[in-house]
Amino acid sequence: MARPSDPTRFTLAEAREALLSKAISARELAQAHLDAIAQARPLNAFITETSDHALALAAQSDARIAAGEARLLEGLPLAIKDLFCTAGVRTTAASRILDNFVPTYESTVTRNLWNAGAVLVGKTNLDEFAMGSSNETSYFGPVTNPWRARGRNDDLVPGGSSGGSAAAVAAHLALAATGTDTGGSIRQPAAVTGVVGLKPTYGRCSRWGIIAFASSLDQAGPLTRSVRDAAIMLKAMASIDPKDSTSVDAPAPDYEADLETGIAGLRVGIPQEYRIEGAPAEIYELWSRGAEWLKAQGAEIVEVSLPHTKYALPAYYIVAPAEASSNLARYDGVRYGHRASGVDDLMGLYERTRAEGFGREVKRRIMIGTYVLSAGYYDAYYLRAQKVRTLIARDFEEAFQRCDVMLTPATPCAAFAIGAKTADPVSMYLNDVFTVTVNLAGLPGISVPAGLSHDGLPLGLQIIGKAFDEPAVLRAGRAIERAADFKAAPQAWWRAS
Amino acid sequence: MAVDRETVRRIARLARLAVDEDQVVAMEVELNALLSWVEQLQEVNVEGVAPMTSVVAQRLKMREDVVTDGGCADDLMANAPVAENHFFVVPKVVE
Repeated sequence: MARPSDPTRFTLAEAREALLSKAISARELAQAHLDAIAQARPLNAFITETSDHALALAAQSDARIAAGEARLLEGLPLAIKDLFCTAGVRTTAASRILDNFVPTYESTVTRNLWNAGAVLVGKTNLDEFAMGSSNETSYFGPVTNPWRARGRNDDLVPGGSSGGSAAAVAAHLALAATGTDTGGSIRQPAAVTGVVGLKPTYGRCSRWGIIAFASSLDQAGPLTRSVRDAAIMLKAMASIDPKDSTSVDAPAPDYEADLETGIAGLRVGIPQEYRIEGAPAEIYELWSRGAEWLKAQGAEIVEVSLPHTKYALPAYYIVAPAEASSNLARYDGVRYGHRASGVDDLMGLYERTRAEGFGREVKRRIMIGTYVLSAGYYDAYYLRAQKVRTLIARDFEEAFQRCDVMLTPATPCAAFAIGAKTADPVSMYLNDVFTVTVNLAGLPGISVPAGLSHDGLPLGLQIIGKAFDEPAVLRAGRAIERAADFKAAPQAWWRAS
Repeated sequence: MAVDRETVRRIARLARLAVDEDQVVAMEVELNALLSWVEQLQEVNVEGVAPMTSVVAQRLKMREDVVTDGGCADDLMANAPVAENHFFVVPKVVE
């Protein structure tokens, strides 16, 4: 493996090869990323940097490599969304209420990554409790997208909620990152920062030790700079875990193995209802081009219908806040996290602690969730939304009789300016219109960078698969990647020259 | 269905969120905007449709009924805002 002048230019797969062939040491690789992180503070991609920890882990990796005992991710620098509990490393969920929380335990997913030899470079910024589509609800301030529109200097959002992870991968601050996806929080930021984002099937990765938002929708997955890297990361993140009763009891296959076998004969569905009003023409032009690319590689394109698509977002904004209001009841200022001072009654302590500790969007969702679960409204809202969810999942089941995967746009627009959509929650929620159906139905989806908007910003295409058919999703994603040959990269404006 | 200010105060109480009057007014507007947006779900025919309870067809797994964890009181107390001898301390609740 030839060594590039800047080791942060490696993909995960290339860095693995370079380490094993001893073209570079794990310590050099870690140091290069730590230097890049130190130069990228204007992006605000990290809440906590872990440089000492990273160098110590890298030294261990070098010893392992020298002894011929390298593991799957030996010596590879990764960024972790600050929603995964990391033992001894502060974990905040980007909320004031967990500002000082240092877990004494490790999430299953991160445990798997460290057991595979990966090196933690830092914990990435996100929307508070993963509630947002632009990374603007973080207590630690917004993340700035490494990309800027052609000829402009406006700061753009990186998408959300895994905005710090997406920015870190796009700006080459880590080889790959973890994210979580409840309504689009991996795929949407990946699309608007020009990286690959994979949301696995519900239950593929353990949720144990991930700070809960909406438990029936949350799923961990990787953000990477290539489809192959996503395959490598998913294999390392997934495991059979008795600590999460909703995680699947089947071992993860080797996703890399048949990545290059092509898509001849693959039936690719084009859901008609994804042609929504108001999205710019370039989104649909890219979608058509994507279908042509897949067809040219031997896929069969079929039109399919998902009739309940338009009800997915409203159903989501009942189900997710309902589950969130329940999950976030644990933050009471008694056992961990922020506690209001100068309150002398218990109810007042709870109410003031939560009023001070949660930001506006989180409060909004707790209020909605509490309302739709309250006596007299449960049937009208929550139960009805869960029935609509059944219909959405049924739509997919029926459509998958006629196709193997589906191709859709990943987002309805490219990255927008910081502050542009914060005044109107519903317009912000619409960013997830193409991704949220997949969470409601528990399916796997990948966003792959596929082209640039009229003003030079990245756009993604999404592949949706059947439950646990990540291999087909990755193969089709690889076919998009191969045809798109996406080489554009942001200018490193954030570096002090 | 729309919420009024009294309902906002009641929901905030249920959610254990202290809200001042300015916030009550703002939340009333925000909640009503969201509730009118989700109102479109009323037009879906859900007659005879079972509510979703499990998104991926899977049997809930069972494990041996044995103790697998414990003996970690120090860990449990490590992040407590106020603690005394492995007890969480809260304001007095009985006179």
